[in-house]
Amino acid sequence: MSPVLAGVLQLLALMGALALAYVPLGTYMARVYSSDKHLRVERWIYKGIGANPDTEMRWTAYLRGVLAFSAAGVLFLYLLQRMQGGLPGSLGFSSIEPAQAFDTAASFVTNTNWQSYAGEQAMGHAVQTAGLAVQNFVSAAVGIAVAVALVRGFARSRTGELGNFWADLVRGTVRVLVPIAAVAAVVLVACGALQNFSGIHEVGQFMGGSQQWNGGAVASQEAIKELGTNGGGYFNANSAHPFENPTPFTNLFEFFLILVIPLALTRAFGVMVGSVKQGYAILATMVTIWVGFVALLMWTEFAHHGPALQAAGGAMEGKETRFGVGASALFGVSTTLTSTGAVDSFHSSFTGLGGGITMLGMMLGEIAPGGVGSGLYGMLIMAIIAVFIAGLMVGRTPEYLGKKIGSREIKLAACYILVTPALVLIFTAASMALPTPPHSMLNSGAHGFSEVLYAFTSASNNNGSAFAGLNANTDWYNTTTGLAMLLGRFVPMVFVLALAGSLAGQRPVPATAGTLRTEKPLFTGLLVGAILIITGLTYFPALALGPLAEGLA
Amino acid sequence: MNHSVMNTVRLFGAGLRALLVLTLVTGVLYPLLVTGVAQGLFHDKANGSEIAAHGKVVGSSLIGQSYDLPLKKGQQTPDPDLRWFQGRPANGLGDNSLNTRYDLLLSGATNLSADSKDLLQQVKDAKAAVIRNNSVPGYTVKPSQVPADAVTSSGSGLDPHISPRYAEIQVHRVAERNGLSVAQVEKLVKDKTEGRTAGFIGEPRVNVLELNVALKELGTQH
Repeated sequence: MSPVLAGVLQLLALMGALALAYVPLGTYMARVYSSDKHLRVERWIYKGIGANPDTEMRWTAYLRGVLAFSAAGVLFLYLLQRMQGGLPGSLGFSSIEPAQAFDTAASFVTNTNWQSYAGEQAMGHAVQTAGLAVQNFVSAAVGIAVAVALVRGFARSRTGELGNFWADLVRGTVRVLVPIAAVAAVVLVACGALQNFSGIHEVGQFMGGSQQWNGGAVASQEAIKELGTNGGGYFNANSAHPFENPTPFTNLFEFFLILVIPLALTRAFGVMVGSVKQGYAILATMVTIWVGFVALLMWTEFAHHGPALQAAGGAMEGKETRFGVGASALFGVSTTLTSTGAVDSFHSSFTGLGGGITMLGMMLGEIAPGGVGSGLYGMLIMAIIAVFIAGLMVGRTPEYLGKKIGSREIKLAACYILVTPALVLIFTAASMALPTPPHSMLNSGAHGFSEVLYAFTSASNNNGSAFAGLNANTDWYNTTTGLAMLLGRFVPMVFVLALAGSLAGQRPVPATAGTLRTEKPLFTGLLVGAILIITGLTYFPALALGPLAEGLA
Repeated sequence: MNHSVMNTVRLFGAGLRALLVLTLVTGVLYPLLVTGVAQGLFHDKANGSEIAAHGKVVGSSLIGQSYDLPLKKGQQTPDPDLRWFQGRPANGLGDNSLNTRYDLLLSGATNLSADSKDLLQQVKDAKAAVIRNNSVPGYTVKPSQVPADAVTSSGSGLDPHISPRYAEIQVHRVAERNGLSVAQVEKLVKDKTEGRTAGFIGEPRVNVLELNVALKELGTQH
């Protein structure tokens, strides 16, 4: 069997597995966020928080909950790293310097998981397990909560109420993320992922001498790292490390974990707004873009353009033998289109155009299918824009899911889509214009520029993957990527929740013959077009200077 | 004013309490539960899939090693010990200055780009070395026979595998150096070759450590 055919079969197997999980998981999540019953363990948690889970919140209260919880997360994680030297189970690692501790705290709380440190050289058990892994869960739960609030905005009428943030946060964690992650972690261990609390120790080698090993709760973190579209590796090599991703099967299993919640949320959305067909239209948009990107990246990587790869006879630089080119391309697309940022192969050593495709994937705004929650709300914002464009063409007031898209709604959606491009382009330009930041580049020329552009694209879109040649552990990059991650996460959330509040307050408009049928393939086509055109217009000049210049040289 | 400050403080307190309670659930109970199950059911795998030969641990089946001669005086990098099958190059950089070379404490890739002159040179040097080292009297390796994995570094810098093609071009050399017949070594490689999982997942591969352990056993029987 040729490697290309094997790659395509892996893609089909993955799609089959995702299709099987779609309806049960999506319907289950819709029920989790609609039910008015509380589990006993949840009641204990609410008592601990001191919050009443049955209080309905308006959008401002919901937003305050998100911000208070996330601020506490940043502060706690920052202090945990700053005190690492004195904590038990720190494996002898010292406390993290302030700039890097800020960057890492911002990174994990925003579901980005950008890492300017090498895990096995910097973080002990206490910080990894009680700090970083915890944010892997709760930052994912916050993302889903905000998406659910927006869906409620569409589903509800003549009320400003969007549900209760604490209840959504706790339910997402306890009923969705923890059970799936626990099962997934055991599967990973069964295939060879590490799961222990041993310290750094020496293990004998074949030729004599020894290798130095880190122990750690790797599998339990790996499972939620993928499931929550986080992406922060336990080790520096992330999912290329055999202790994180030991076999070809675990590799395929990890794609599944990355994609399953973002895709199934479109089902939950359909159920909650009372039309599963609307969910299918959004799903079709996500899958169309994702499959298109997989095809493009497989093509560039199998073609292996670029002098070094031509000399090698294949694009195997930075790729593992057990995965090969096809599965690595599949991982590269899935991770950059979902805001995950985990890697099983190193994007900096992809072909010039291949690296550009992973970058473009993030520039779409992480919506196909995007991060857990953030993918759905990002895509619904794009749907509003697409409906608006269609409305302009026929001269009707646009409406979506029975809600009028008036000037307030379209202003909020427009603000949403301006935030991340502004962050990416301004920070990249500043890094190139200032004297010292360019010194961090490993490669020169167009690829060096790509390293910087990739870094800010990744940070602002909360992806977390890197053209990892860039030495990002400097005060400049730690500070600016930290700010880009925080602003790129929470400013859009403000607009999403404001939009949700405004939609929930409307009275529904009855559908007429002139209403745009947003559950039809025509709308999916319009939506795909709108996404590609908006992203293309925004980023083409920057892409031309980096990956296009390298790939077409 | 005072009222809103109080509200903010109260809200932040709720956020902090929520974080602490959820840390207990996801940062303490969850990893302990998974570790308990893992250590109970999959003890060896959870601790690194160690391989022993003659009662001595020789490494992990998941982690690559180097098979080099001792460093000679004045040498920066050791020469490969051509008695043994060799793994992939490991020029990965854990950070921007330090080379990993199968030192597990630091995993990472080179991150060099496809148009990098450094990478081109590394590939050319590696290819020349593969051809030089594996050509023995009566068997010459042609440049077109050298597969990509033999001349590139992996993502982790710890790749335990090589492609079956790379193992095959090492067979003649290994047979000669160990005083074994080519057929014996060929059979060994064939036995140790893993196909794609379920016929289509991943790529065919040979585990270098397992291959060398088996080779050593064959040598002692001989």
